[in-house]
Amino acid sequence: MALTRIFMQLRPIVGALGRHKVATLLIVMQVALTLAVASNALFIVATRVVHLSRPTGTDEAHIFVIHNGWKMGQSSAQIDADIRADLDTLRHVAGVRDAFSSQGFPLEGYNVNIIARLKLEPDQKTRAQLATFFASDEHTIDTLGISLVAGRNFRPDEITAISPDDKMSPPGIIVTRSLADKLFPDGSALGKTIYLPDGPAAIIGILASLQGPLKHSSPLDGYTLLVPTHYLDPAGAVYLVRTDSITTKPVIAATLKALRERSGLRIIDPKEGVFTMAQERERAYADDRSVAVLMSILSGLLLLATAGGIVGLSSFWVSQRRRQIGIRRSLGATTGDILGYFHTENFLIVSGGIVLGALLAFLANLGLMHVYELPRMPLYVPLLGALVLWLLGQLAVWGPAQYASKVPPVVAIRTE
Amino acid sequence: MGGYYVVLALRSSARSKALTALVILLLAFGVSACMVSYAVFRATTSDPLPAKSSHLYVPLIDNVGPSYDEHGEPHWSLSYMDAMALWRARKASRLTLLYAATWQVESDNPLIPAMSLGGDAVTADFFSMFNVPFRFGGGWTTDDEAQHATVAVISRHLNETLFGGQNSVGQKIRLDGQLFRVAGVLEDWNPRPRFFDAGSHGTVYNFDDAGDIYIPFTRATDMKKNSLVVFCPTASWQSDKSHWDAYLHSECDRIDAWVELATPADADRYREYLRNYAAEQQHLGRFSWAPSIRLRNLTDWMTYQGVTPPASTLSMLVSASFLLIILVNVVGLMLARFMRRATEIGIRRALGASRLAIYGQFLTEAATMGFVGGLLGVALTLLGVWGAGGLFEPNIARLVHADTSLIALTLLLAMAATVVSALYPTWRAAQTQPAWQIKIN
Repeated sequence: MALTRIFMQLRPIVGALGRHKVATLLIVMQVALTLAVASNALFIVATRVVHLSRPTGTDEAHIFVIHNGWKMGQSSAQIDADIRADLDTLRHVAGVRDAFSSQGFPLEGYNVNIIARLKLEPDQKTRAQLATFFASDEHTIDTLGISLVAGRNFRPDEITAISPDDKMSPPGIIVTRSLADKLFPDGSALGKTIYLPDGPAAIIGILASLQGPLKHSSPLDGYTLLVPTHYLDPAGAVYLVRTDSITTKPVIAATLKALRERSGLRIIDPKEGVFTMAQERERAYADDRSVAVLMSILSGLLLLATAGGIVGLSSFWVSQRRRQIGIRRSLGATTGDILGYFHTENFLIVSGGIVLGALLAFLANLGLMHVYELPRMPLYVPLLGALVLWLLGQLAVWGPAQYASKVPPVVAIRTE
Repeated sequence: MGGYYVVLALRSSARSKALTALVILLLAFGVSACMVSYAVFRATTSDPLPAKSSHLYVPLIDNVGPSYDEHGEPHWSLSYMDAMALWRARKASRLTLLYAATWQVESDNPLIPAMSLGGDAVTADFFSMFNVPFRFGGGWTTDDEAQHATVAVISRHLNETLFGGQNSVGQKIRLDGQLFRVAGVLEDWNPRPRFFDAGSHGTVYNFDDAGDIYIPFTRATDMKKNSLVVFCPTASWQSDKSHWDAYLHSECDRIDAWVELATPADADRYREYLRNYAAEQQHLGRFSWAPSIRLRNLTDWMTYQGVTPPASTLSMLVSASFLLIILVNVVGLMLARFMRRATEIGIRRALGASRLAIYGQFLTEAATMGFVGGLLGVALTLLGVWGAGGLFEPNIARLVHADTSLIALTLLLAMAATVVSALYPTWRAAQTQPAWQIKIN
């Protein structure tokens, strides 16, 4: 019933809009631009949020990273001995659950020593599979809080030591399940031999999941392997430490003190030397967070501005049409009819804006795809935006419509 | 007349408080969003060396070939071999070779722990070419350079740490275990972006602080000091540094080069020289591809690198659209505001006011509202700039600042935007037929 009444009003509404071409066009344009800008901005927010919440697969809450530099002039053998002694010291600090040394850490970003090329045949001519690796030992799995789904962990006697310029040819490696399935789609990876550039290696274990050091999504996502070695970079080593204490701070202080007492042949920057994984995450995704926050704020302001504009123009229209409303009321229109009139009118105008805006939104997305390597915007983003704008329009016109519905019929016969 | 119109504007604003407040609030938000974005944009795109940016050029030579190129562009730095060839040729009035590295710094003072600090290995002209200011002493000579001298220039900050800010020229410091004589101490020098060693320091770190240590290029090469960022066209993308001499003569790109050329004609001549050099290398069989060289001046180089962070350009883009939407909004509201006063306009016109007078009155009214909106906008902009630390990455946020030009620009933008959006409503107002309006209906 109410619907048919509204339907019957359509013709006069459209007719009345024709008399306010410019004002109508202004609202249509405003809604269109708002939809185009807000849906693109919110789409960017969504991609960034997906990005910055990308899991590493590790027990981030309990892990911290020590950037340990070596003083100059130490031989590889000395560094190897230092790493082993340091790890032994670290694992005995109260509050430390486990620790290992590596050449990189999750959320670090790109570093020249993290890419491994894997081949299925020693003389394979086709493109090698790229993956990222962590120099690891038998404590890596426990330290990162990751889990083996098949095979076994490294044994202490399998841990070797390599310098950056050495050949990397470990006897056995552990890979993530996604890498295993990529290399051997039939699921038979365990026990198979693959070829690193410098020699063959058997897959002895498979991990549920683990991200490499790269922080940005890339084709290498989830393709991670553990190589049983201490990485003897003369510049320094990274120690990853997992604590079982609730507060990390005292544990960090205790580990640093223990390291300092063990040997003075190291440099740990007082400000940049130790970060918890939470801090590393904040550092790694600072740019994503800033874009997400900025775009959200701007989109919010945008929607508010549009709502404000609709309220303003609708009130103006109501005040202009007081007389007409009075006439309609005295001819028998109910307050519901008047309310319906303004809500329907708003719905029609906003719909016009939405059609135009959806078009603009896709054009803007195409433009942004060129400049910022954004993915194509899925259809539901502008649809969702349209829904929000319809709702916003109805809410914005609610006040002025209420005001209009309270216009007394007597206005019709009163001269102003 | 103008003053009278302003009074009229204020009076009419007082009559429709809600509408006026809405317009002013919208304007303030639109303008301040734009200005905060602009403040960040300005900070990230500013010319780090305005006096010389058009005379400083970055030469690039493609030494890796099409199979390793990105989009057919030469890599961002030079191989040691090509850099030395440019050095020997002396075809530019000045040439600087440099690369970013880190050193371990030890002091004889046992209270100061060893530090690992960044800096650059540079040739002697570096300091004069980039107008680097000295606090004490100076750089080194080309003779020092040729003798691979162990001299160093340190930052003011490092001088504070090691020598308590005293004039330390002539003092010794230990870098990677070798003794160096301090030749000079810099004033605070921190060009943003850190443009001069982008190829060897990494372009993702464009907004890092400048380093603390500068030593002669030849000495650093003797010390087998590698660049922070190296691009090697090998299967593993990794360099083999175990044989230093072979590494120096490999095709690994790791040296930043800058030439100073006074006129565009000089630049063309230098480009010609680079092309001939590459052709010669092709002829010698080192390059199996046609000469591919680039010579960009500082400004073009920064544009090419895409120094400006995407957060900054995106927010500029979105806030500009925001302002546009606000303006459309304001046009509508102004239309409502002016049309409501049709009777007033009619009476004024009937009393002899010309169309021009109506234009004057309503545009003044718009400008007045724009000014008030601008004042509020300035407050919001200052708030936004102050809050930029929470919105942008820390190393970018600290570059953002408000100054008088930003404040003036905010006011100007607010007034201009309101006047522009009042043009159509004013035109409509001026079209009012006096007879229609003063007739009693």
